[in-house]
Amino acid sequence: MTGPTVTKTPKLYIGGAFVRSESGLVYRPQSAANVPRGSRKDLREAVRAARRAQPGWAGLTAYNRGQVIYRVAEMMESARSSFMLALGGGRQAGREVDSCLEALVFYAGAADKLSQLGGSVNSVAGPFFNFTIPEPVGVTFLVAGDRRALLPLVTHVAAAICGGNAVVALVSSARPLPGLLLGETLQTGDVPPGVVNLLSGMPEDLLGWAGSHRDIDLIDCCGCDPQEWRELAEAAAESVTRVLPPETTPALTPSLSLRMMEMKTVWHPVGL
Amino acid sequence: MDGWVHNRDQMRNSAAASTLSATPDGAVSLDQVAVEARARLFSSRSVKRGSKLFACNLIITCTDLTTLEGSDTRGRVEVLCAKAMRPVPDDATIPAVAAVCVYPSQAATARRCLQGSPVVVASVATGFPSGQVPAEVKIAEAGEAARFAEEIDMVMDRGAFLEGRHLKVQQEIAGVKEAIGDRHLKVILETGELGGLDQVRRASWLAMEAGADFIKTSTGKIQPAATLPVAVVMLEAIRDFAWATGREIGFKPAGGIRSAKQAVAYLVAVNEILGDRWLRPQRFRIGASSLLNDVLMQIYKERRGGYQSPQDFSEA
Repeated sequence: MTGPTVTKTPKLYIGGAFVRSESGLVYRPQSAANVPRGSRKDLREAVRAARRAQPGWAGLTAYNRGQVIYRVAEMMESARSSFMLALGGGRQAGREVDSCLEALVFYAGAADKLSQLGGSVNSVAGPFFNFTIPEPVGVTFLVAGDRRALLPLVTHVAAAICGGNAVVALVSSARPLPGLLLGETLQTGDVPPGVVNLLSGMPEDLLGWAGSHRDIDLIDCCGCDPQEWRELAEAAAESVTRVLPPETTPALTPSLSLRMMEMKTVWHPVGL
Repeated sequence: MDGWVHNRDQMRNSAAASTLSATPDGAVSLDQVAVEARARLFSSRSVKRGSKLFACNLIITCTDLTTLEGSDTRGRVEVLCAKAMRPVPDDATIPAVAAVCVYPSQAATARRCLQGSPVVVASVATGFPSGQVPAEVKIAEAGEAARFAEEIDMVMDRGAFLEGRHLKVQQEIAGVKEAIGDRHLKVILETGELGGLDQVRRASWLAMEAGADFIKTSTGKIQPAATLPVAVVMLEAIRDFAWATGREIGFKPAGGIRSAKQAVAYLVAVNEILGDRWLRPQRFRIGASSLLNDVLMQIYKERRGGYQSPQDFSEA
């Protein structure tokens, strides 16, 4: 029996909605798929959505954020076959999905432990309690890169949002389909709209605008090549935006989350 | 459209008889679908860089920077006035806004702060925002506000208008006009409460006949506030009134205009319906509080070549 074949149109994920690129352009990186070619205005809208969503997300309890990220893992597990298909199938695709699930569960668990791991009670020369606590930087921009289609994206998105950041991520431009599929998983996983935004397209269309965007608080060059990293860092210098260097293997460590956070130190008089 | 063009003699006659009754205009019936379709065109223009910078500068010089909160303090008004005179403290190329719009009780403070600057004081009056106070109180309030404010934004009596007591509405406007002397009078129609575009047209006409120098869409206190379809109707009323009487009335959209993009759509509408004679602060104002920063962000985006952060611009 053969029914009609319905193919899915890949779309950007901005502010909780699946949209075509404002530019109306597409490109064909993987056979037979017209993938939206995100423009600077898509980036602008994504940053706006992230900025709107971030305070509410950071305002949830860390425990609650962890629960949401765990739920994303549940949704990914139930969509395993779709991810396998998008990744090209086979044992390697299976291993990549496994690693993504592991990363999600890891950062779900890390969410309510960051303040213990990154924070401290400091001794000071005076009658004060002195605390240091990590707080999210705000909106981060992630370049997931082409090394792998899904794992760096999932790992770095999870690491960023578990600390209370909102993310605008540029998925792999060579293999964007698994990354864009993540949008559906995030939406059914109850991640509030705007907390994670996924763009596909050409790095050369977007990186310059992201680097000079003054409302981006941190640029995660995870999957950049050295040249892209350099250009982003130079553009970001104008606004003193923090830039994380490219990474060879995605790490499961709370220090990745803590690098996307700002340390706040509070002085409080003893006895009040 | 032809039905809206008035017989000049008829207009003169009604003016000569000095009755403030409804004009033939009361009978017009507007095609809502067509008005909305036209309004959509105004926001679908692609505005290129040079025009965008021109528009952004114009928007600033036509802004009535507004704070109308129960929580307004002298301090807050002082901050707003500073921002009005110099929107970016370290950049003299950004022009001052047209006016600061406050409650009557803050008008004296605003006047003191704006002394010697081109920015004028506008004060709301006549029981803003509802207009549900006795007529004598309205006159007294407007007169008091006019001691400090160069411009008075009065609210039209929507209750009387909806009851069909148009004469009362007009007499009240004329009364306020008399009480404030040579001050500029803006009449707020509160179009969101009028219940339809026909009513907006009728209210615009009544207000202009009764002596308004400006007609203003909304108080900003109820939804919907300013919308483009309403603007189209009011602008066409202004155009027809100018044709009929030779008097050029100003237009002020207010409420809910937060982005430069929205404001540009109003500029386009004004330019297309009334022409560029209206694109100046004497004939066009935008009432807004948060619009100014978005306009500044657009200007700096064009100058610096990158997107800006709202955090880089002062509040108020």
